[in-house]
Amino acid sequence: MGGAASLSSVPLLSRTAEAEPDKKAPKVPENDPAHYKPTFFSQEEYLFLCHACERIFPQDENGPGAQALGAPRFIDRQMSTPYGFGDLWYMKAPFHEGPPELGYQLPYNPRDLYRGTITPINTHCLMTYNALFAALPPDRQDEVLHDMENNRLRFNDIPGAAFFEQLRTNTLEGAFADPAYGGNHDMGGWKMMGFPGARADFMDWINQEGAPYPFGPVGMPARPDPYSSAFQTDEEG
Amino acid sequence: MPDETSTPTRPDVLIIGGGWAGSIMAKELTEAGLNVTMLERGHDHSTAVEGTYPGSIDELRGAIRKRLFQKLARTSLTIRNRPDQTALPYRQLTAFLPGEGVGGAGLHWSGCHFRATEDDLRLRSATIERYGENFIPKDMHLQDYGVTYGELEPFFDKAEKVFGTSGEASSVRGQKTGRGNIFAPDRSDHFPLPPMADTFSASVFRAAATDMGYHPFSIPAANASQPYTNPYGCQMGPCNFCGYCSGYACYLYSKASPNVNILPALRQDRRFTLITQAQVLEIMLDDTHKKATGVRYVDLSSRTEKTLEADLVILSAFQLHNVHLMLVSGIGQPYDPVTQTGTIGRNFTYQTITSSRVWLPEDRFTSQFVGAGGAGVAIDDFNHPGFDRGRLGFIGGSPIWVNQAGLKPIAAAQGSGGKGAPRWGSAYKSAMIDQYRHSLGIDAHGSNMAYRDVYLDLDPTWTNAYGQPLLRMTFTWKDNDIRMNQHVVSHIGDIAHAMGATRTSLNSLQPGQPFDSRVYQTTHLNGGVIMGENPKTSALNRYLQSWDVPNLFVIGSSAFPQGMGYNPTGLVAALAYWSAHHIRRTYLRNPGPMVSA
Repeated sequence: MGGAASLSSVPLLSRTAEAEPDKKAPKVPENDPAHYKPTFFSQEEYLFLCHACERIFPQDENGPGAQALGAPRFIDRQMSTPYGFGDLWYMKAPFHEGPPELGYQLPYNPRDLYRGTITPINTHCLMTYNALFAALPPDRQDEVLHDMENNRLRFNDIPGAAFFEQLRTNTLEGAFADPAYGGNHDMGGWKMMGFPGARADFMDWINQEGAPYPFGPVGMPARPDPYSSAFQTDEEG
Repeated sequence: MPDETSTPTRPDVLIIGGGWAGSIMAKELTEAGLNVTMLERGHDHSTAVEGTYPGSIDELRGAIRKRLFQKLARTSLTIRNRPDQTALPYRQLTAFLPGEGVGGAGLHWSGCHFRATEDDLRLRSATIERYGENFIPKDMHLQDYGVTYGELEPFFDKAEKVFGTSGEASSVRGQKTGRGNIFAPDRSDHFPLPPMADTFSASVFRAAATDMGYHPFSIPAANASQPYTNPYGCQMGPCNFCGYCSGYACYLYSKASPNVNILPALRQDRRFTLITQAQVLEIMLDDTHKKATGVRYVDLSSRTEKTLEADLVILSAFQLHNVHLMLVSGIGQPYDPVTQTGTIGRNFTYQTITSSRVWLPEDRFTSQFVGAGGAGVAIDDFNHPGFDRGRLGFIGGSPIWVNQAGLKPIAAAQGSGGKGAPRWGSAYKSAMIDQYRHSLGIDAHGSNMAYRDVYLDLDPTWTNAYGQPLLRMTFTWKDNDIRMNQHVVSHIGDIAHAMGATRTSLNSLQPGQPFDSRVYQTTHLNGGVIMGENPKTSALNRYLQSWDVPNLFVIGSSAFPQGMGYNPTGLVAALAYWSAHHIRRTYLRNPGPMVSA
């Protein structure tokens, strides 16, 4: 019931899985999130990610969801940045659990959290519901996510809530960060929210007496690739 | 060009930390003819490089991935709520955001630029005069600064002129203007620039507060409302409300920072030397332990340890780091909460802030992306000295304000939901979008008192990248401050109603609620190396000179005996100018203690 069936049920991934070019197919823009091949996540992990992100930020009458916005692609790319490796966190041992108010205390960076959790979640889903997470109906997926959020699930020594918060945080980042990072495809997140993007000049719009701001978003002008090492380390001289 | 393992030439003065306090002291002491070397652990920062558009307004890279903030991987601190707990490391930057690099937190601050009230500076004396000594809770370490508003006034004025502060004075040399904060003390001069314009949200708050009989005023903002050239010849351009102050470097030269308002002048002075990537590990003392001889630091670019000597040492790092360096250098006596002896780490305080939310009707768009860090409208009716706390039974108070600093989409999305509302899924999404388009925030930005068992010391377990113990913070909310916050927030609901709110979410502290390090509050941390009149209860005299080591001055909010309702930077700058003035006038002529212990 699990693997192959659920893979093919996700149109976004079934297309990327077929590598041979089809000349008759209409040309899709290169940056379409549906054509992204993950570099950090395995196919099975990425499938989970696509479905879990989508439940956190679903496509609905407001506009695109996490998948169409490219949030999973954003997360995959973030895994190869200093952030993914935990370089932005104080990660010195020893590691002790404590009251939640004292904050994150696990010995795991974002890469570890995803890697250490997705497969056990899928195993849990297989054992409990006889299907991988991605193959579950949306209501059931929500139930699993709620169980994580409320710490009713734990995967080895990773509390469900720790993973859930990581996933929610990164999903929302992927929905709303500048499109250069791989999410917020076509500025869909900004359009939905009414955020005008990189305009950053409201001299004539400080107080419009409650009228809406009239202009749609603009992306950031071209600049160095945010995933190049030069961009990542410019603060290090 | 010296090779990178060489030691720089011996200066007259060493300044530790390149933020507001350090830059002010460097400017003042070079003006006095001294050779000054400023050591900064981070990199250099300038508007022309780090501040350029569009890199400076990239939310992910900026506030989310902490571009300008302290690199926690190298050093952090541990936190606990009570002395009987094991403190655990602050592993992710959340509740507060110290800076790193030239400009320090003064590069990524918002720009709210307040003076202190007369009572803030002598809160113990004023409280006893108004309500009697028994009004002070037993475990509260309520203290005076040892300096008065009148003494500091010229230095508040000087700082405003250097910062290019926009605001409206209420009383100038006894003349009432009919505008501004009617509760603010008299001033020697107007603000150098007129107040910032009101955003829509601020204008709605101003109108409602006026209708209700409160006294709204424009928040004094170190964001330039017009082009400006400061007394150092440094230029600012007018703010365009781009919304990227807090957490960012201003790409328009509109927000005051050491980088824009002081360093361009300092860098031209041959007596000034800036050494970046210099992580100071210790202030060295001579055998008597009464004289600082210099500092030991790691040159992070060559990864070598170096020492540098000087006659005068100015410790002007971020508040937490000032306390840490005093403790690891063995200067003064560490505070002991049991015996209540010692001064280093004593009177650690924060900001009692809660943020509430108000929704306007759906045809009203609050455009929360429009903003400036210091702009907004406040009322001081629950903060000013004359506000009667007697019947309410608490010390302190809160300004209430709408300070729309520019809300970016990732922060807006992550901050939506909670308090019973869904945090994800379709219902969350609808509510989040509605909240972004039609709501506004109102803060109760309150004072925070000092207590016997709230303090800083060294952690017994965790260390920084240089093998030194981390600082340990013992902090939680206390009854007096919780009741103050609740009282002030109880008035926000009425104001919201008068604003035409369709819905409100009022947030106040609850009894027993511990400080939560996972939630951003402010970076307004105070105390730990406080100034005062008695060496038994303060680390510094009223000139911010160490009682124990007279050739050491410790400048910053670490000197505040308790936290004010206002943002700290205006007082930090005034105290720096005050201290520098007395170093120049008195100390340099006759080095030694300026107050006898």
